[in-house]
Amino acid sequence: MLNKNIYLILIISLVFAISFWIGFNVNLLPTEASINAPIYDELFKILFIIGLIIFIGMTIAVIYSLFKFRKRNDQIGDGIALEGNLSLEIVWTIIPSIIVLLIGLYSYNIYDRMGGMKELNHNHEMMNSNTEKIWAGISQSSDNEIAINNLSIEVSAMQFAFLFNYPKGNFISGELHVPVDQKVSMKMESKDVIHAFWVPEFRIKQDIIPGQPTILNFTPTKVGKYPIICAELCGPYHGGMRASIIVEEESDYNEWFNKNKKPEVNL
Amino acid sequence: MTISIDPQKTNNESLQPKGWFRYFSFSLDHKVIGIQYLVCGFLFYLIGGTLASAIRIELASPMSDFMPRDVYNQVLTLHGTIMIFLWIVPVVNGAFGNYLIPFYVGARDMAFPRLNAVAFWLIPPSGLMLVASYFVEGAAQAGWTAYPPLSITTPQSGQIIWIMSVILLGGSSIFGGINFIATIIKLRRPGLKLMQLPMYCWAMLGTSLLVVLSTPVLAGTLILLSFDIIANTGFFNPVLGGNVVVYQHLFWFYSHPAVYIMVLPAFGLVSEILPVHARKPLFGYTTMVFSIMGIVVLGLVVWAHHMFTSGTPPWMRLFFTIATAFIAVPTGIKFFNWVATLWGGKISINSAMLFSCGFIINFVFGGITGVALAQVPFDIHVHDTYFVVAHFHYIVYGGTVFIIFSSIYHWFPKVTGKMLNEKLGILHFIITFIGFNLCFAPQHWLGLNGMPRRVAEYDPQFQFVNQISSLGALLMAISTIPFLINVFLSVRNGKNAGDNPWNALTPEWLTSSPPPVENWEGEAPLVEEPYGYGKKISKQK
Repeated sequence: MLNKNIYLILIISLVFAISFWIGFNVNLLPTEASINAPIYDELFKILFIIGLIIFIGMTIAVIYSLFKFRKRNDQIGDGIALEGNLSLEIVWTIIPSIIVLLIGLYSYNIYDRMGGMKELNHNHEMMNSNTEKIWAGISQSSDNEIAINNLSIEVSAMQFAFLFNYPKGNFISGELHVPVDQKVSMKMESKDVIHAFWVPEFRIKQDIIPGQPTILNFTPTKVGKYPIICAELCGPYHGGMRASIIVEEESDYNEWFNKNKKPEVNL
Repeated sequence: MTISIDPQKTNNESLQPKGWFRYFSFSLDHKVIGIQYLVCGFLFYLIGGTLASAIRIELASPMSDFMPRDVYNQVLTLHGTIMIFLWIVPVVNGAFGNYLIPFYVGARDMAFPRLNAVAFWLIPPSGLMLVASYFVEGAAQAGWTAYPPLSITTPQSGQIIWIMSVILLGGSSIFGGINFIATIIKLRRPGLKLMQLPMYCWAMLGTSLLVVLSTPVLAGTLILLSFDIIANTGFFNPVLGGNVVVYQHLFWFYSHPAVYIMVLPAFGLVSEILPVHARKPLFGYTTMVFSIMGIVVLGLVVWAHHMFTSGTPPWMRLFFTIATAFIAVPTGIKFFNWVATLWGGKISINSAMLFSCGFIINFVFGGITGVALAQVPFDIHVHDTYFVVAHFHYIVYGGTVFIIFSSIYHWFPKVTGKMLNEKLGILHFIITFIGFNLCFAPQHWLGLNGMPRRVAEYDPQFQFVNQISSLGALLMAISTIPFLINVFLSVRNGKNAGDNPWNALTPEWLTSSPPPVENWEGEAPLVEEPYGYGKKISKQK
């Protein structure tokens, strides 16, 4: 009996060790290029490790049962008439409930750190002084610091392109240029069908919906060029609906901005 | 169709068509209807599988070069719709439900045999209509979710035919659900208590409740959508002031429970198969019943987790995260109970057992990615990517389809009186298991790294992993060959099975194979312990 328990403890610790090792050493995610990304990757790592422990444990249990309890040729009759075990049932109800609850609270915390729980109808209203209600999105700030810099961008999506309007510069670009380490605020609306704005390196996504503006705020942290991908089926060329986001040093960004800037036209 | 309408003689043996012809008739025999569902579903599975192969051929290269882009969208729409509405839902509910439920409750047929036949005969015409829509003006191409405004702006005829077809299939499903509820509650043999029913009855009771509660919502939604398409109403059309997000709520109010409509019956079937081949009672019967009902209740309040990146306010994202994650608890209980059922048994390693164990492993994997996807911040990155595609194929293919195969190996002797060939069966399992995991496991990585779903072209850096996935799909296609050979050979020349080749205790095995039209020659046996393995079996007789 003692022997058996030692083996069990050994196997469980091995499963934990393997899961932790894989969790910390196998990277399944792309570059981290926004302040959201490391927060996301932290959550991913935790979920990955817990998932591995459960998956490896269950797989071992199934395969072990198949070998250990397989019917030998000379055997007849049935296995033990064991119909249940209340304390075991309680254990495997309560432990998963606790794990799930903890994961839920933890991911709430992550979501809050990403800015997901911030009030949506705050900063934009003040900037645009229109009364259009924002229904959804991720906001990262409830202050008006965005209004101070030029980084509020209006995104319109259509079959099959993104257009980025820089109201402060009075120009429209097909490429999204943003300076590194500064908060960017986008208000997005679709001209036709539903699209989605996804930058895998930023770990953010938000649908762009016709008739309902959505917002997405993010802060890039790494200079480079990343793909913007439409993630919602939008028609035959959906797979080709891509654009680029170029994260650059502030001086490069200002140069680009001033080059494209057009004077205000009074209509 | 030569059917008497005389209610007294409905199920009279002499009035039922005989021989192979009865499978093409408006038969009222629940066993014939069950086989009709199964064979019809399998034919559509072959069509849906062909479409899946076309998708994987297209995705073997990063360019859109195998078929035109709009045809690709039609293919993925039809693949999803056929696999869900014409293969998995009719087979795990209609086929096995019709065949087994009357046996399990000790009845001679379903509560409403004629409604039952109507429910089946709605399926072939709707399915053929759906497939034929390709030849009209092109099939629907807005995905199986048919989100407006895309579904309003794509060619109309295909979308309208799709809507009519899905509404008819939904109707068939509702008829079936009402029939199962009535049969399980009202047609039980005197003396048979609810808590003595085999687990599949509970699974079908739960599933049928979900069907009856949620399918009408889908039908109503699709009728509104069809008005938007043909009558220029503005329910979901933003140009006319409609709201596209409302459609998503209504659609997922059905289509998330639909996932449980696809997996709960599989949970029931595996609960029948494991105890027989492990020679042990089903572990934790009572908790299994409660966990099914828990899944039914929770399954109705989690739909918005499909909409975390669309128009959902923050509080709603949070509520649906917690609700969704909690479904893992009753589901987890079931898996622990199945492993505990295996533990200490005398397990026969045969095709039915291997497919069931493959199901446990695949589904646990899909369940873990499911809990991860329930977390809003996690989902925001991978929503609408290949990660999600991989996740739900682990649930519906690695889960339910594995159980459909397991069930076919398990009940084939009952239906035909012949055994399936075990060597071919094990070969079928090995190719399916390897092919399935090779096809779908790499797709998790694709999704995490930036490949959205429903695309015909992608970033060339993903080509190698996509080719591995396509290779897995090829193996999955090949795996049906030994299965089909096995079925055709065994129906004609299989080893005689006898009435009860597995020495099982559930009631369908206590009659001849194949069973007589009215299920038992004499009175239906009272099976108080359907899982009484290891106890005195004589008590059952």
